[in-house]
Order: sequence, then C-alpha cells, then structure tokens
Amino acid sequence: MATLVMSQAPVGGFSFENCKRNAVLEGEANKVGCSMPAARKTGTTICGVVFKDGVVLGADTRATEGMIVADKNCSKIHYISPNIYCCGAGTAADTEMTTQIISSNLELHALSTGRLPRVATANRMLKQMLFRYQGYIGAALVLGGVDCNGPHLYSIYPHGSTDKLPYVTMGSGSLAAMAVFEDRYKPDMEEEEAKQLVRDAIAAGIFNDLGSGSNIDLSVITKGKVDYIRPHDEANKKGVRVNELEAMQLTGDYKYKRGTTGVLTKLVTPLNLELVEETVHTMDTS
Amino acid sequence: SMLKETGPEWLSEEVKTGTTIIAIEFDGGVVLGSDSRVSAGSSVVNRVMNKLSPLHDKIYCALSGSAADAQTIAEMVNYQLDVHSLEIDEDPQVRSAATLVRNISYKYKEELSAHLIVAGWDRKNKGQVFATLNGLLTRQPFAVGGSGSSYVYGFVDAEYRKGMNKEECQQFVVNTLSLAMNRDGSSGGVAYIVSIDEHGTEEKVILGNDLPTFFDQ
Repeated sequence: MATLVMSQAPVGGFSFENCKRNAVLEGEANKVGCSMPAARKTGTTICGVVFKDGVVLGADTRATEGMIVADKNCSKIHYISPNIYCCGAGTAADTEMTTQIISSNLELHALSTGRLPRVATANRMLKQMLFRYQGYIGAALVLGGVDCNGPHLYSIYPHGSTDKLPYVTMGSGSLAAMAVFEDRYKPDMEEEEAKQLVRDAIAAGIFNDLGSGSNIDLSVITKGKVDYIRPHDEANKKGVRVNELEAMQLTGDYKYKRGTTGVLTKLVTPLNLELVEETVHTMDTS
Repeated sequence: SMLKETGPEWLSEEVKTGTTIIAIEFDGGVVLGSDSRVSAGSSVVNRVMNKLSPLHDKIYCALSGSAADAQTIAEMVNYQLDVHSLEIDEDPQVRSAATLVRNISYKYKEELSAHLIVAGWDRKNKGQVFATLNGLLTRQPFAVGGSGSSYVYGFVDAEYRKGMNKEECQQFVVNTLSLAMNRDGSSGGVAYIVSIDEHGTEEKVILGNDLPTFFDQ
C-alpha cells in the first residue's frame, strides 16, 4: 500500500511546536488541580576578583524552584580546565551543561595545541555558543583563571556579550555583592584580603537577597595551584533539634544498635573453594 | 511589600550598550570617541567598557546597541580583515573594513540590533569615517551614534567646522561626549578617545571629573 508523503522543505531556525503542546498540557493539569514543574533556577550570588597572584571566585549554594529551595548545598563553581573555573547563574541545567561542553572542547583543544588552555579561549568558546542560541540558553557566567598571560576574569551574559574586568558579580544578589566590591576593592590585593572580600560580597548577597542563601564556596586560582574550598564559610548552619525531656537529639542516627534483635542460634559454615584457572584479559586500547 | 517574581533584569533584558559614540575626520587622520556605560534594563553592568574596538592596526569601530551583537560583529570583522590583509599582503583599506561590517549588518538586519561606526587611516584616502546604520555604507566628515547622539545633533551641527586639526577634533569629541553623557541616562562613566593618523594610534581615557563642564544647574 503506497503512503502519501508530503515533503516539506526544511524550515530553518527553532521549532516552537512543543510550546503549544506544553500550554495544552498545563491547561489540563491545572484543571485537575496540579501544576507543571518549573525549571530550576539558581537564584544566586556569584562573583570574582583579580588579586596579586591570581583570581578568587565565590558563590552561594542555594538552588531555588520558584519560591522553594530545591537544593541547600549545590555547587555553582564548575571545572573548566585545571587552571580555569567558572561560576554559573541563571538556569541550573544550562550553566551545568554549557560549562561541561566547553570544558570537554577545551581539553581536546589543549591536547591539540600541546599547551595549557587560556582563559580568553574559554571566553571565546562560551560567548560564541551563547550568541548562537540568541539568549535562549539562560546561562550567566563568571569565568576566571590563570594562564601564561597572568590572571584573567570575565563576565559572560546569556546573549553572548562579555566584559573583562578586575571584579565582577552576577546573579540576583549581584547588586548587593557589587556594593561590597565598589566599596572595598583595591588593585593587587594579597590572597587573604581577596578571599575575605569575596566572602563578604557573597555574604551580602546571601543575607540581602531572597534567591541566594546557605553556604559560601570559594575557589582560589593561582599559577600552578587551585584551592577549591567548599564550603569556605557555613554561613547558615542548621540548628540541632533536641528532645528536652530526655535531652536526646531528635535528628540523628537511624541505625539500630547491635543487640536490638535477639540472636537465638548462630551456625558458621566456611565454603572451601578451589582455584582452578586464572586468566588476565587486556583491553584493546589501540 | 511586593515580591518581584520576574528575577534579575540581565536575565530577561538584553545587555545594551546604551551609548554615545562619535567619529570625525581631520586632514591626516580620524578621532573616535565613546562613553563607557553598559546597561541591562536600569542596571549598569559595566561602567568602564571601552566601546572603541580595534578592527586592525589603524582601523577602529565604535560599538552601540546590543552588546552581544556589536561585540560579535566586531570580532567577526576583525578576523575577516586579518585574513583579507594576509591575502592582499598589505594594510587593508578603511572602506574594506566598513564594507565587511555593512555586509553583516545588512544580511542580518532583522536579527541584529547594533550600529557600528567604522573609522581609520589608510595610505590611499587618509582619514575616513563610515556610518553603517541599518546596512547602508556612507562616508561622512563625522558621524554620531547611540542613544546619546539624539541629544547632541544640534551641538555637532552648530559647532562642526571644516578643516579642524587633530587637537581641535579631539576637543570637539570630548565636548560632544560630555554633553551627551550628562543628558542621556544610558551613557556615562568615562570617555575613551582614540586618534589615528599615519604615525600611529593613540588611546586615551578621560575620567569623569576631568570631562569639560557646561551649564549644569
């Protein structure tokens, strides 16, 4: 039986067919009283600063889904290469995948050039990818690292524009963090000074922005060394619930102590096995 | 108090360079000038951006409009000019650079929202300024662009004189930028000036409080 096939010339650009489908599904879900899950955004305060010997990157650790905290301790400082790290704000999936893709491509590039990757290269790759997607990838990044030309810090926006600056902040808490930077930034700071400044900037975001919270992660990148400090500051430690009557911790061990279940008899039978044959198969890595 | 659900502005608002840009020819070269403010909605995301981007040693372009679009066009043309100058084995003409910018601006005019002014010096035609708004290509004695330019059309039309020398052009550019930055909310920060002539390229920064002051009640 012949099937009629309508051949349509391929139309370029994005297909938004699924948007119609999603709208219909959302309507049906609302009719029964449910709601569609929202894309998880990281709320966020992220920032970076260039100091005398390198860069310090900082981030909070709260991931929000609407007004609910989805993850109290998520990691927003992503690995790009041994000397380059990237903080991500915006849609969590977008920042995660974008940084992983560029990290992978950069590793191949570094193997091809035979050199340690440069921050400007990572910046170009990220901005060209984000521009290609015209802002639909909601990733706003703070990229920092140390290469053969010294320490570098870039901020990268979802539409693909970048700024190269000595200090940058991003995320919903960026205004609070920038206020701290504009007050206390000095060029050529020492490492401890820079760490304290970044810590204070993230803290300003955590305590003054609803979308940011929990702990402060830091990443100190210098020539030949990376200090991934997670967490640097447990700014919001959960309190301990105590049963006042018995002075016992309510939250705690859920393992049953040995002796809870009475043992009546015990019989141990060793299984004697004889080694018959031993072979080693090597993997073909050619 | 009302909780703003829409989130940070830079996620929804595209980053624009707001901007005032200007370029002017003089006998023997050109002077370009720009402000340094980059805004996303009502938030300033970069207060020291240099919007005068080099396309080649003696050819610069001034960026305005969408930051991502303008940066991308400038970087693409920089690459294309590098290849072109290797092919012809000499420094490229300013008209070639402007044509490359115009070709991108015209082909993608529905998708892009950036305006670049191209200016530079070459041996054949000395100093030249080209406007590439909306995909046209026109050589002009001077050109202004960006959101701040609307406030200074009257000033530049009244104050421009033919035959100004380099110093007079630099003063003209600084005065224009200062006036525009004072009136346009999307322009501000510091002023960047680039002067190009046969001897070389000179980049200067003028900090906020060193800019000339006019009537300011």
